[in-house]
Amino acid sequence: MIRDVTRLKETPSQTAGPYVHIGCTPNFCDIGGVYPHDLGSKLITGDVTGERITIKGTVFDGTGTPLKDALIEIWQADSAGLYNSVNETRGTADANFTGWGRSPGDMDTGEFTFETVKPGAVPFRDGRMMAPHVTFWIVARGINLGLHTRMYFEDEAEANAADPILSKIEHQNRVPTLMARREEDGVYRFDIHLQGADETIFFDV
Amino acid sequence: MTAPADDRPAPGGESEPHFTEKKHSPGQTPGGQRDKFGNSFYMRDRAWHPPALTPLYKTSVARSPQRAPLSFATTISEETSPVFGNDVLGPLDNDLIHNFAKDGAGAIGPRIVVYGRVVDEANRPVPNTLIEVWQANAGGRYRHKKEGYLAPLDPNFGGCGRCITDENGWYEFRTVQPGPYPWPNGPNDWRPAHIHFSIFGHAFAQRLISQLYFEGDPMIWQCPIVGTIPTPEAIETLVAKLDMGATIPMDARAYRFDIVLRGKRQTLFENRMEGL
Ligand SMILES: [Fe+2]
Repeated sequence: MIRDVTRLKETPSQTAGPYVHIGCTPNFCDIGGVYPHDLGSKLITGDVTGERITIKGTVFDGTGTPLKDALIEIWQADSAGLYNSVNETRGTADANFTGWGRSPGDMDTGEFTFETVKPGAVPFRDGRMMAPHVTFWIVARGINLGLHTRMYFEDEAEANAADPILSKIEHQNRVPTLMARREEDGVYRFDIHLQGADETIFFDV
Repeated sequence: MTAPADDRPAPGGESEPHFTEKKHSPGQTPGGQRDKFGNSFYMRDRAWHPPALTPLYKTSVARSPQRAPLSFATTISEETSPVFGNDVLGPLDNDLIHNFAKDGAGAIGPRIVVYGRVVDEANRPVPNTLIEVWQANAGGRYRHKKEGYLAPLDPNFGGCGRCITDENGWYEFRTVQPGPYPWPNGPNDWRPAHIHFSIFGHAFAQRLISQLYFEGDPMIWQCPIVGTIPTPEAIETLVAKLDMGATIPMDARAYRFDIVLRGKRQTLFENRMEGL
């Protein structure tokens, strides 16, 4: 028997506005001395296990213009597929890896950069494995509700083909919008398009 | 190999994680997913939140996804999130009047305390979660190099602060009441006085950014950004209430602002806190 208790309504979202960096990365925008450093600037805090990678990318609007006032956050498992979270019940994640990163993007180009490790696979709800992926959350002026998406790895073709979410996407021709491209050793590019022919698949999750 | 589990109906008659592009009628909250693998978070009610495309807020036009988002029940990737302990907090992080001020000075403006409780949709408190805030100064000016409003900077006001909820979900910070400011949108648009909030919760699915407004401000109902929210009922939940009972006499007035994050379905047999 299920009791669905009376539910409150979630606090409605509002845009992060043009000055989200004041609140979330104040040192980046010259508000020094309040916090010792900006949260999320380092995912790797020590002698981390796993393959070190760099994720780079740019968020583009519908005209092809890069966003320079966005805040991009990522959340991912460690190289063994464990999350550094109180809700992780399968084991203990690498103590030298937070799994969470936050970037205000480059001041001049808007390009974001994350120094991280390649995540391990984590299970779907039914126990099948999901392909290695990094969760992205994008907020900015003009974005009324933070956008969720995932970055998968182009060079994980076999795992991607078996991924329970990727394989369920109706428009398979859009799946490449979720793929990070290996550019050079250890560098993956993941550009995000808010609109247009290459519009990234965003998640209602 | 057998058929994938998600091709079968789940116990209880509910379908497995669905991938459809569902339409919800206003005011209705779509249900959380329940299957033999446990409870996921209630789906976000997208008729309650602002839609992506809101042409009266012009910047949304080129920044709003045009295709329907992909819906699926939360997985462990969305049911986990980073944790921040009180060790990240400095002693003045929750005091915007003093955290940027020099030599014992303080920020100029009406002194206020903002406090409230963070709960989830099932009205369970959300303890130990990080809240970050940012705002303009009392004249309506942000400390940012892209900001050109006439109102002067306050040398003793930075405009950012943060706090962590206690074991019962309560939070509190002290600041000066921000001023309204004009912004380039229509020919004469003004933001009502507001404080921006960023809240983590305990799961990436709960991650939320919103804004607090102040009770009695007539500018609320003229703002195109406030107006992106579809209903007055939803807007009212962003209006902090003056709370004279919590005022600090001869020091600061108090405004109460409660926050609701997404929650998970509860059942009668659930005797323990699950997920949170
Ligand atoms: Fe603002």
